[in-house]
Amino acid sequence: MDNLIYFDHAATTPTDPAVVEAMQRWFTTDFGNPATLYNLGLTANQAMETSRAEIAGLLGAEPDEIYFTSGGTESDNWAIKGVADAHEKKGRHLITSTIEHHAVLDTMEYLEKKGFEVTRVRVDSGGLVDPDDVRKAIRPDTILISIMHANNEVGTIEPISAIGEIAREAGVIFHTDAVQTVGKLPVNVDDLNVDILSLSGHKFYGPKGVGATYLRKRVRVTPLMHGGGQERRRRAGTQNVPGIVGLAKALQLATDRMAEEAVREQAMRDRLWQGLQESIPDIWLNGHPTERLANSLNFRVEGIEGEAMILCLDMNLIGVSSGSACTTGSLEPSHVLLAMGIPAELAHGSLRLTLGRDNTDIDIAYFLDVFPPVVKRLRDMSPVYNK
Amino acid sequence: MYTDLVMEHFRNPRNMGVIEDADGVGEVGNPTCGDMMRITIKVSDDVLEDVKFQTLGCGAAVATSSMVTELAKGKNLDEAVDITNKQVAEALGGLPPNKMHCSNLAADGLRAAIEDYKERRAKAAHN
Repeated sequence: MDNLIYFDHAATTPTDPAVVEAMQRWFTTDFGNPATLYNLGLTANQAMETSRAEIAGLLGAEPDEIYFTSGGTESDNWAIKGVADAHEKKGRHLITSTIEHHAVLDTMEYLEKKGFEVTRVRVDSGGLVDPDDVRKAIRPDTILISIMHANNEVGTIEPISAIGEIAREAGVIFHTDAVQTVGKLPVNVDDLNVDILSLSGHKFYGPKGVGATYLRKRVRVTPLMHGGGQERRRRAGTQNVPGIVGLAKALQLATDRMAEEAVREQAMRDRLWQGLQESIPDIWLNGHPTERLANSLNFRVEGIEGEAMILCLDMNLIGVSSGSACTTGSLEPSHVLLAMGIPAELAHGSLRLTLGRDNTDIDIAYFLDVFPPVVKRLRDMSPVYNK
Repeated sequence: MYTDLVMEHFRNPRNMGVIEDADGVGEVGNPTCGDMMRITIKVSDDVLEDVKFQTLGCGAAVATSSMVTELAKGKNLDEAVDITNKQVAEALGGLPPNKMHCSNLAADGLRAAIEDYKERRAKAAHN
């Protein structure tokens, strides 16, 4: 897809060629199982432990607090089910927000069916959680708070450090889904006051199918996977050594260029939004005006529908989403936009653009050329837009 | 996810627009669920002389609207009123399963327009 202009980096990113290069030998020549005792396995084990130490260093954690998983969904599932199972004698109440990723929300729902109670704190019109709402939701039987670091649809960055402080004072375990922020924002587990953190490689130019869980020492969680003794008996299964090496490499590269890239992407995004507002009437921003990821732009277009916009843009070789990639094909309006108080008909007419390393000013100019006529065409077709 | 024919109708919708002095108007759908359709018809000697649509909705909603106007145009009212949503979907080579209910309303819209025409005529005869 050489000609595609890609504005969907919150869905996934292309793997950095330097990452692919670093992974190669662990597939072919140095393919050993890291649990074996001969040289081939020991070499793989060493590469894996070096990667673990690098990732730990970049997050301000200790190496033995990093556990490799298959990605964000597994890390979220493990944090929530693992804490629920290990701590249900203390209580069966969990706290989350209304705008979490489905990996969190659906896991919470699953636990509700098993008899746990869940409080979902509201967000404001910008998608922000109020730490005070979390404080008020805490009960003597609360065992876990899980609030995402930044939202995947609108990019709003939550006050994780403040929520973490509240959790700590109350003695409640605090998990954050940092899938959208690791590699984009500085993430330090002590500054954020988190006990458990989920991250995923393919969101920061690493490979798909590999992620990690940060698990603070002495926080008890029941394993999700039972079997071999890998990952200090907490996550069974032969480790994905090439993926793990790629994960560490990708995080290193993303961290090296984080500050510079955030400034570049934000400048492009702000020019894009400025241009759209000048050329299209009746469009509005979804998400927080300032507390937002530098690469995220989500907006609603009155009188038309999201999928029709996506199809028209795809014909022009532009790749975007209307919300979470995971729910594409679902007919429900975005739960995130609804939670922010946006009416269903406008939520249906929303588009998410998430910029990345491959985007340039030329892409922005092209989008600004292509999109206004698309909106005009669809509005001409619409029975509800007559301005 | 869509057939080539669905995409072709989405790209080049047939009979898009409004008949200003329409003999019947049908509206179906609900903006809350993301789809809204308005069909206007022109009738002469019980034959659908012209059919036009306006649609707010996804690719399937646009393509089914476009297809129903093609199927209905030139048919007499008794034939046109029997066109089903299922037939419209089949004429497009099928729709994804999750689109079969929510975004496949075009035949309902046509039927509503024909009913509106019949009501107007009944009222006119009564006066």
